[in-house]
Amino acid sequence: MGTLTRANLAEAIYRQVGLSRNESADLLEMVLERVSVALEAGQSVKISGFGTFSVRQKGRRVGRNPKTGKEVPILPRRVLVFRPSQVLRARVNGLSPTQDAGRADEEE
Amino acid sequence: MTRSELIAELVASNPHLRAHDADMIVSTIFSEMAAALSRGERVELRGFGAFTVKRRNARTGRNPRTGVAVPVQEKVVPFFKAGKELRDRINGAASAPRAASPERMSA
Repeated sequence: MGTLTRANLAEAIYRQVGLSRNESADLLEMVLERVSVALEAGQSVKISGFGTFSVRQKGRRVGRNPKTGKEVPILPRRVLVFRPSQVLRARVNGLSPTQDAGRADEEE
Repeated sequence: MTRSELIAELVASNPHLRAHDADMIVSTIFSEMAAALSRGERVELRGFGAFTVKRRNARTGRNPRTGVAVPVQEKVVPFFKAGKELRDRINGAASAPRAASPERMSA
């Protein structure tokens, strides 16, 4: 099973947009950086047809070291969550966007 | 921030870039990622994060309004795990070098 990396994405931009390979790689980096900066500022990033990245605030809680069983405080922190769009959810299941992934057909 | 705001920012910081090309760049990035995920592949962007698909077993769900049981087939769902660098940035630890993290633990 393959893995898509920066190199593949830069190559796709190079082929689709017709910029130089260098420029394609730079622009890919810029896109990822803009998204990161927005998230860092606590903003959500909504990419229609793909999904929404948002930052969620987590409160302080008591955790446990699973090895020693010792209680350790987990400090308040912010975590990044990704919610895939319906279009992407359907697509990874090989369905058209209007079909509901996981719901069994009535006809079966 | 939305897709169109992202495109606008890209154009604003690259004056030579045509709006149409900026649009194509953003569309290409996310459609290539969606295509990879739909082939069951992973997307790995070091420092940013990784997208994978996770399998969910079939289960019996319930219509929350009527309470009627409905079979939910096995499916796969897209999943994103933020990379270490982005995770740290979101927690405001961006400037701290990686090796310096132990002192944060003592707080």
